[in-house]
Amino acid sequence: MSEAQPRLRAALSLGVTTLLVLGLVASQWLLGDSAQQMQFDARLAPPSLNHWLGTDALGRELWARTLAGLALSFWVGCLAALLSTLIALSLAALATLSPRLDALVSLVIDTLLSVPHLILLMLIAFALGGGTQAVIIAVAITHWPRLARVLRAELLQLRQAPYVLISQALGKSRWFVLHAHLLPHLIPHCLVGALLLFPHAILHEAALTFLGFGLSPSQPAIGVLLAEAMRYLSGGYWWLGVFPGLALLMMVLSFERLSNHLRRAL
Amino acid sequence: MRLTALIAKRLVRLALVLLCVALVSFGLMMASPIDPIDAYLGPQMAQVSPEQRALIAQRWGFDESAAIQFGHWLRQLVSGDLGWSHVYNQPVSEVIGQRFQRSIILLGSAWLLSALLGFSLGVAAGAKEGSKLDNAISTYAFITASTPAFWLAILAVLLFSVTLGWTPTCCAGPTGILSQEVTLLSRLHHLVLPVTTLALLGIATITLHTRARMLELMRSAVATHAFAQGASRLDVAWRHGLRHASLPAMTLAFASLGELFGGSILIEQVFAYPGLGQATVAAGLRSDVPLLLGIALFTALFVSVGNLIADSLYAVIDPRIQSGGL
Repeated sequence: MSEAQPRLRAALSLGVTTLLVLGLVASQWLLGDSAQQMQFDARLAPPSLNHWLGTDALGRELWARTLAGLALSFWVGCLAALLSTLIALSLAALATLSPRLDALVSLVIDTLLSVPHLILLMLIAFALGGGTQAVIIAVAITHWPRLARVLRAELLQLRQAPYVLISQALGKSRWFVLHAHLLPHLIPHCLVGALLLFPHAILHEAALTFLGFGLSPSQPAIGVLLAEAMRYLSGGYWWLGVFPGLALLMMVLSFERLSNHLRRAL
Repeated sequence: MRLTALIAKRLVRLALVLLCVALVSFGLMMASPIDPIDAYLGPQMAQVSPEQRALIAQRWGFDESAAIQFGHWLRQLVSGDLGWSHVYNQPVSEVIGQRFQRSIILLGSAWLLSALLGFSLGVAAGAKEGSKLDNAISTYAFITASTPAFWLAILAVLLFSVTLGWTPTCCAGPTGILSQEVTLLSRLHHLVLPVTTLALLGIATITLHTRARMLELMRSAVATHAFAQGASRLDVAWRHGLRHASLPAMTLAFASLGELFGGSILIEQVFAYPGLGQATVAAGLRSDVPLLLGIALFTALFVSVGNLIADSLYAVIDPRIQSGGL
């Protein structure tokens, strides 16, 4: 089954996901601002050949808006996952320096994990006054603890590895040991960690935006689209609610698959 | 004796973590660009002179430094006063109390449902790896693990409330009726869909985890030995698997309370269910700082106690750990 050729499968799903992402980015470049163009003669039109996924209350094409929303989610998720991984890496390195720092970092981790993610996200977004930047920072700040724990354990183990001990005994500096011996080992962990964070980051961004704490309602983010759809639910305008969420689910699933395959292959 | 020492140590840790939560959330509120006086006054802001503003700031203690304000707040907190919520015009403790009563029904039943269903699905899937049942259950769990909670809720409303008309679209009872007069049946009718949606999402993690534990057991020497003695798969799953997988599942169920609460915020928002989650969103959007702080602390307590139980369950239930040292 799936254990047969993990590397091939990983390469395949990497290829598919890359193609999808490239298509997404290219579509944003090609489409321009068609996600915001209103057609007042086609308001709330159901899906048809002219309007592929239907239109919203202002006659804007839902497919264009969904694509724009996915692209937004992608960038926000990328930045947040990258930032979060950097935080995790630096705090894990910090924690292995001394027992006191270790205790401090684990207290910070416990504190962050004890508040429900969404509430913490809301508090941080509130503190930063909302907006795209606030969402990215909030998601980055809340998602690093698990990865930091993995990296810390890995670092502690690596510190005791014979080649590191020998290198230290030969009088190499801490910095040399860190970047020549330890970091190369941590890179695959960071890569997989960031990929695992990415779907969570996207989902939390959408949730935060949906509740009204995230991206501004003028942007075609998936959370905004679904919050708008809420207002038209009882009217039976089902396409407004179904398609944006489905697109988001597809993106999350493809990244989830990719990270699973990569983890097995590496 | 060792157990009590362990629990005492964890309680101290819990107090420390809660203090940190208080510090962090207070710091975040102080950093917010939203002015609490503006938020309190609302549209009346224009009618208030700078002198009156200064008076309000003085009365509320905003002219003091952040550290002194934190001290004030902490002292009030210890004496049981969480402050006044201007959105609901009630003491914060009362708002949280009332709202939590409604939320706990939703959370509790969804939690029980997801734990039981998730565990049984996980056992069923893990009992025979690669079977059709296993594939179906794994795929289901894999997909729901990545589904946005609020989207699933929207789909549920679309299908069951709008299209089929089986369940009401919103709220905890029919509109226009006093909450005391809502019958139990109608209450339940309003609860069915939110509870099911919340439970469906919670199932995934427990199922995947239980399945992994079952697979581990099925490949272990214990299972091989049992099979060699002629035991059937059902026997092994029933006699060895259940025990092997139940403890981690229970731990996971308690540890996932935070996620469950996060999901309930989104689901209460979609179903307009007047619980604690909806109050959180209202507090955040309308800058009700005391209520937001109160909810942050309350949920942190809720989640931490869940984690505490999860950690202690191992020691209480599993005799191997009790004797072998943790």
